[in-house]
Amino acid sequence: MNDAKPDIDEILGTLEAGLREVLELRPLLVGIHTGGAWLAERLHGSAGFTEEMGTLDISFYRDDFTRIGINPQVRTSHLPVDIDNRHIVLVDDVLHTGRTTRAAMNVLFDYGRPRSIILAAGIERNGRELPIQPDIVGMHLRLTPSQHVKLTGPEELAFTISEKKP
Amino acid sequence: MTAVSSNLPRADLQYTSDGRLRHLLTIEHLSPETLTRILDTAEGFIDFGHREIKKVPLLRGKTVVNLFFEDSTRTRTTFEIAAKRLSADVINLNAKRLSTSKGETVLDTVRNLEAMHTDLFVVRDSQSGSAYLIAQHVPEHVSIINAGDGRHAHPTQAMLDVFTIRQHRPDFHKLSVAIVGDILHSRVARSQIHALNILGVPDIRVVAPRTLLPTEVERLGVRACTDMREGLEDVDVVMMLRLQRERMQGSLIASEQEYFNLYGLTQEKLACAKPDALVMHPGPINRGLEIASDVADGEHSVILSQVTNGIAVRMSVMAILMGGKQRPEQ
Repeated sequence: MNDAKPDIDEILGTLEAGLREVLELRPLLVGIHTGGAWLAERLHGSAGFTEEMGTLDISFYRDDFTRIGINPQVRTSHLPVDIDNRHIVLVDDVLHTGRTTRAAMNVLFDYGRPRSIILAAGIERNGRELPIQPDIVGMHLRLTPSQHVKLTGPEELAFTISEKKP
Repeated sequence: MTAVSSNLPRADLQYTSDGRLRHLLTIEHLSPETLTRILDTAEGFIDFGHREIKKVPLLRGKTVVNLFFEDSTRTRTTFEIAAKRLSADVINLNAKRLSTSKGETVLDTVRNLEAMHTDLFVVRDSQSGSAYLIAQHVPEHVSIINAGDGRHAHPTQAMLDVFTIRQHRPDFHKLSVAIVGDILHSRVARSQIHALNILGVPDIRVVAPRTLLPTEVERLGVRACTDMREGLEDVDVVMMLRLQRERMQGSLIASEQEYFNLYGLTQEKLACAKPDALVMHPGPINRGLEIASDVADGEHSVILSQVTNGIAVRMSVMAILMGGKQRPEQ
């Protein structure tokens, strides 16, 4: 369906350019565990953020909890400042169904009331199940429903596409 | 005096056939992976106190019943807070048991509550094995947490204790731990010993007068000491137990004063432990009986963190038991 192999440097470059355009809002950079946090860490300095970044773990907000249980690797959410009335840039590695973004927004609203949330995704792929769209995208990718794209890291970041097990 | 009871919960009742933790009745027979998972998940609930909204939606729509046949305001309250922070509906029942036909009464009570679609029972009883009995009779979707049964087990207390230890001493494989006090009657001590053993603590000592040590206590994987200084020598952690005065009849101890002189934790005795040793106590404290006030409130004490951690650990256990009940769709 799509033979283009995601190039991590290109993706980071495109995201960085997009982030620079919103810097004047003085937004707080927040990465979603784990892949989004890795991307946010890379982009934090290069895109010109000076304030400490935040991280979110959405394990406690997932809508498939009853079905699959709690993520065995829960990480702590950390927001360094009060987010009330702040612009937030939310970073995720892959935007697919939109359910992770939905959960992440719920987490944020339990910490406070942000002024706005800007969504940055390393890869935007097809398969949305909720009305959620990204504002900043590293790469658009069209995959078959059986294909899966994943960010590996954190030392060396790479996106890999694989076939889901039948 | 009974030796270590092994006729109570079996491993197969706590896990489902596909290896998911279904009930928490005792620490015994749990895998190191299960314990580590409870601790890791609790880590995620620790910073909750700092949030604007101290709640997550994990157990929304679930009903948790605190079924307490034995009074315990403190334990009940932490379970209640834990369940509420997970957005569950919580009902507290102080179900003081009738003295006759005990088993029937417990099960009848539970059947009634089950008919109201309860998802999780937190059970406390002065009789060993109550939580196990209930777990044997509830339908598949219902989970049980043992919040203390007789002299048998108090698994969430042990988990919050090892969680507190891990916050300060991340590597269990290097630790020396002393548990001091009424080992004989203590469900807390039993659960602590199992947890420490499963997590790989190489040196576990129990320190008590001979009258307060179970026979063959060594079979639990501990070293017994009747001398406090020997027991505390170079330990990293001192876990004190509450001495329950009502259980000290029949000459188990000569007098409270003598007990304090020999086994009460004072600065002087604590000096036998490592200089940065942690002092723990499950509460409520009998100041001047098992522990001196200046030690309980001193720099080594992590007693109040234990209380805070108790909520996170109980949230973790509830979340693990209640999650993943349906099989994946694909």
